Order: sequence, then C-alpha cells, then structure tokens
Amino acid sequence: MSAYLDHAATTPVRPEAAAALAEVTARDLGNPSGSHRSAQAARRLLDDARDTMAELLGARPGEVVFTSGGTEADNLALAGVPAARPGRVVCASTEHHAVLEPALAAGATVVGVLPDGSLDPAALAAALDDTVTLVSVMLVNNETGVVHDLERVAEVLAERAPQASLHTDAVQAFAWLDVAGLAAPAQLVSVSGHKFGAPAGVGVLVVREGTPLRAQLLGGGQERERRSGTPNVAGAVALATAARSAVDDRKALVDRAGPWRDRLVAGIAAAVPGTHESAVAGTPGPASDRSHKVAGIAHLCFDDVESEALLFLLDAAGIEASAASSCASGALDPSHVLAAMGVDRRLARGSLRLSLGWSTVEADIEAALAAVPAAVTRLRSFA
Amino acid sequence: MSRGAGRVLVAMSGGVDSSVAAAVLRDAGHEVVGVTMKLWGGASDTGCCSVSDVDDARRVADQLGIDHHTFNFGDDFDEHVVGPYVAAHVAGHTPNPCVACNRHLKFDRLLRRADALGFDRVATGHHARVVELPDGTRRVARGADAAKDQSYVLHMLDQVALARLTFPVGTITKDEVRRTAAAMGLRTADKPDSQDVCFITSTGGRTAFLGERVSFTPGRMVDTAGCEVGRVDAVELVTIGQRRGLGLAGGGEPRYAVSVDRAAATVTVGSRADLLTSATDVGALEWAHLPVTGGVTVQCSAHGSPAAAVLDVRPDGSATVQWEAPHERVAPGQSVVFYRGDEVLGGGTAR
Repeated sequence: MSAYLDHAATTPVRPEAAAALAEVTARDLGNPSGSHRSAQAARRLLDDARDTMAELLGARPGEVVFTSGGTEADNLALAGVPAARPGRVVCASTEHHAVLEPALAAGATVVGVLPDGSLDPAALAAALDDTVTLVSVMLVNNETGVVHDLERVAEVLAERAPQASLHTDAVQAFAWLDVAGLAAPAQLVSVSGHKFGAPAGVGVLVVREGTPLRAQLLGGGQERERRSGTPNVAGAVALATAARSAVDDRKALVDRAGPWRDRLVAGIAAAVPGTHESAVAGTPGPASDRSHKVAGIAHLCFDDVESEALLFLLDAAGIEASAASSCASGALDPSHVLAAMGVDRRLARGSLRLSLGWSTVEADIEAALAAVPAAVTRLRSFA
Repeated sequence: MSRGAGRVLVAMSGGVDSSVAAAVLRDAGHEVVGVTMKLWGGASDTGCCSVSDVDDARRVADQLGIDHHTFNFGDDFDEHVVGPYVAAHVAGHTPNPCVACNRHLKFDRLLRRADALGFDRVATGHHARVVELPDGTRRVARGADAAKDQSYVLHMLDQVALARLTFPVGTITKDEVRRTAAAMGLRTADKPDSQDVCFITSTGGRTAFLGERVSFTPGRMVDTAGCEVGRVDAVELVTIGQRRGLGLAGGGEPRYAVSVDRAAATVTVGSRADLLTSATDVGALEWAHLPVTGGVTVQCSAHGSPAAAVLDVRPDGSATVQWEAPHERVAPGQSVVFYRGDEVLGGGTAR
C-alpha cells in the first residue's frame, strides 16, 4: 500500500462522484441540445450541475462554461478575450503552462515574482497601461502552493488598466480555499474537476457577464456560443457532486492537512540538513510562516540531490510524489516557477512536492517522514 | 551472468537492440528496470530522444512487464557532448560525439545514478561483449556481428565500469536481434537503426547546426606545394580525408583534404598518396587495464578497417602509432582505438 502524496497532480475520484458518473452514464440520456424527453432529462442534469457550480464558484448559472478541464478553460480565457477585444496580455511568470503557453503565443508581457513567490506589485503596475486587454494571475501556484492576492491585483488593474479583464487559474485553489470569495475580483475563473475529486476531463471557466470572449471551439454553439461540442453531462454531474463535497469538507480538510504539512516539513528539515522550503524564509521549522500558502502543499528543495533519483527511491519505498512539471516524454524539466523565484538551477533540480488531499491519512505522513530522509541521505552518500 | 542474479538498469533508447537487451535480461531472471535518457531538447529528425522514442521504450517495457523511467540528463548532454562538439569544430578538429556521450552520459552519469538507486548492473543495447580474462580483469570485445560491432565507441571503459556493465545483444547478430524482437512481438522489431549524430537534423545537417552556433571562417585551399587551388566557405567543416564537397570535382586524380591549418584558415589538398602517413600521434590515452605497448591493431572510426601498428606509449599519457603500412591521416579529435584480437586494450584521441 503506497502513500499517495501527489494530490496536486490529480486527486482520487471521490466515491460519490464516481457513483454519480456511473449512474448518469448508465442512463439512456439524449443529447441535451435536443427537444425530446431524453434530451430534456440530460438538459436538466446539466443545468442542475451548472447551478451547483455557479453557487460554489460565486457566479450566476449563465456565467458557467463547462470545458474539458483546466487547460481548456485557461486557453479559452487567454485566447478568447484578446480575440474579442484586442490588446495586450499580461500574466505572472509562475503561471501554469496552460496559461503561459497561450499567453506567450499572444505575445504576453510576463511579470516577475518576488522570492516568496508573490507577484511583484511594482512590476505588475509597470506592465499595465490602457493597451492591456487581459491580465492572468493564478490564485494558487501548482508547485509551491503560494496564494496570490487577487484583490490587490484588481486594485492595480483598476488604477492602471481599468478596461482590462482579470483571469485567474484557480485550478489548485478549489480544494483548499473559498474560491467564490477570493476569485470574486476576477472576471474569468478556471477550475478543473480532477483536482478535487471529480474525474479528469471536465472543468469550468467562469465568464462573468459583460466580459468579452470569443469562442475557440466552433461548432454547434453550445454553452451559449462560448464552447461548442456536445456537453459531457455525466462529467458535469460528477464535477458538481465532487465540488459540493469539496466545499462541504473544505474547512475540515484544511484543519487536518495544515498541521500534517507543517509536521512533514519540520520533520524532514530536522532529519535532513540542507533542506530548503520554497517560498518560505529561513530554515524550515515549526515557527515558519506559511500563511501565504495553501495547507496541502509541502514544497522542498534539497542540496546535492536530484529530483528524478529521489522520486525513484521514494516510489520504490511506496511514496508517490512529484517534483517540477513533467514534459511530454515524462522526463523532468527544471521548474520555471522556481527559476522565476530566483532559486538556483542546481538547487531547483533537487525539488520535491508532497501534496495532500481529501483521502490523505496520517499514515501517509508517517511514511513520508521515514522515507524522505532515508532517500535523501542515501543519494547524498553517492553524490 | 548468473541466472536470477541482481537488479539491472537497462538503458532503453526506444530502438530494437535495447528492447531485446531488456527482454534477454528479464528472461534470464533478473529484476529489470528500463530507463530512457532524455538528452537533447532541441530539434531532431534522426529519431533520438523524441517523445515517440520514449513511447516506444515505455511500451516495450510495458510489454515485457518491467518498470520504465525517464531521466533528464539534458544539462549534462549540453555540457559534455554538444558544447565540446561545437568547440572542437571551432578548433578545427573532428569530434566524435557518440564517444563523448558514452564517456560522460551512459557510462558515467547513468552508471552513478544506477549505483545511487541500488542497481547491481547497467545494460545497454550495444553490439559488443564484456569478456573476463584468466587474470580476472575484463575487456570490451567485438560484438558477434562484425558489421554492427560497436566496441570502438566503448573504448573508454575501465575495470570499474566493466565490472558493472553488460551488453546482452553483443553475443548475437543484428538479424538475430530482429528475429527475437519479432518473435516476441515487440513493436520495435522493424524500427530502422539510428543513424548519424542524434542531435543534428538530417535535413539541415552539420552545416545548419554549427551555423546557428558559430560564425564560419572562410579559408584558402592550397595544394601541397602551397599554390592556391580554391576557397572554402567554412574551415570548421573540413575534415581530413574528405574528398567530396571541396569543389575540386572534375578531371585528374581525386584530391583529398590532407591537413587543416585552423589558425591560417588554410586547407591543404593532395593526392591519395599525400593523405598517407607512417605515424599518428594520439593523446588522452585511456586503458581498459594497464597501458599496452608494442604490436596492436588500430581502428580510427566507428566502422573503419583495423590496421596493424606498433604502439609507442610515452609517460605523459600520449603515444605514437607507427603504422606497419602507410595509413590515411587521422583527423584530430577522432578516437583511435587499440585492439589485440577482438579485445579493446584502450584508446585515445588523434592529435
């Protein structure tokens, strides 16, 4: 039995979401765009799911666009807004590739971050003017767990580029934070089901009323002309089911996982000299200030260790974790997030992300506390 | 290698040789893990390090029921292979990047990582053998398939490395490798052999690759008497022994590049006879075990013909190869490998 500590990559499907998916899939539903009873039944399920997602995301039902996941939601926002209202795109240097790549394709201005991973407010202000149409700042960073203050970002926008829309990739936030509240300053919000207990392949882009957006998938004009394609009704129902559970369990999860995460970091740092916690000042310890990070992510870098080798040994020891984002071949590329934070490339090669989730139990933490120091020590003895 | 002994890390490129190497080891009862090294991040159309190669390696591993991992050694590859390859051309040398890759990546970086991860051995799909001599020391020996023998590019292996390495397909021919792969239904059974330098595209070639990284030096081309006979666009791209591409086609006997003076940007061309030499100077010697002097056979390119010579080794780690019969000049930078029979004694770099 392995300890799964890679919930930020994907988290197990919640049983109630799996049941909803199976139940809806087994029904004889029509295409929700049709007019007969089977179509109407599908339409009802889809609209119920939309109502739920709207409620949980602090949006109106008409503002919820179902997508195939976070990447599509981000792409729709990053390509769709400039297509509808031409202008410059600005994003943070630590964005997920699902934002960064379409942003760079649009010739975006990339704004740097401070060593603690927070957006450099002066750099943001300098990047903004009346030619900007879209600013994208993630709510929670997928590697480090750093939370961005969107209210502050929106204030700078209001001052420097009031015409611009604000998009936030809230994919890593939903399990941990009140997205409805914290993402309220954003006109566009991306979430992805498989980060909070729905199956992969379904997500949402919130597009607040009045936000200019041109569809990127053209066809039958579904999702109010914002995203064509026959809706994934069973996926949407599973998404809404998981989202409801995630929100209901959110406080308990944070209360449980936060102390576990702190114990993980402090325990590993105590056992392994040369442990650096990303986006946190000083030597990691019980007093370290992690108030600017979500509760579920422990992100560490080890001197004189390579992530690939570390992950190999951890996997053999039954600890499933990850480092930077993987490229298409499965090889590890140096993290652009750590590079943006000014972490030395050599140190960044020794990164480890232990991410907790709804199904994490204390035994997982105990297992990691034993296995990580052992693996790091072994690798250093061969360095 | 005894049956059922040890954990083996198999370097799987996604080609048929390493696929069969993994299969042979698995069938011999070893605990086998496959690994594909991601070395080159730039453009490539020669079938190396591409996502589809990693896919092939992973799917073969799946079929064999073994674990598969990918290691990104891109930084090391840039530092130890690509960088020196470019620098060597600038210096007017003809580097052998496959030798550099073996030396620094496969048989250093990968071997060290395998140690750290607790593997007893590392295997590759090279067509070569590791033989044990009566005194207990080991040598790289030519593979069973003379046409596919790769012992030349393995000449840097010392006793420490040889004790840890195994080349499972070195005892069979390429045809047998393909037949084995086909019999097992491996998806790589009919995959073409990789060709040329893996990080250079076949469309752009060496010229385009180097052209993006250095500015070429135009030069003079003179005959052995010093009379100018033409111009070259890039002294960096001329290799000793080269005949084609010098712009000297036409009547008369064929002419070859017989020397390159990088500093003077001058290429000397001459007849086949001018290309021959009685001795070749070799530096940076490495030995499988102890330095060897005296009569050996010598090979100067991956598939070159071995020639008899007498080796005169100097205390500073360099040597003179005295050819028994006049031999073509060896381009500086090329590996010069010494054999006795089928066994590799060591090698060095032509100067």
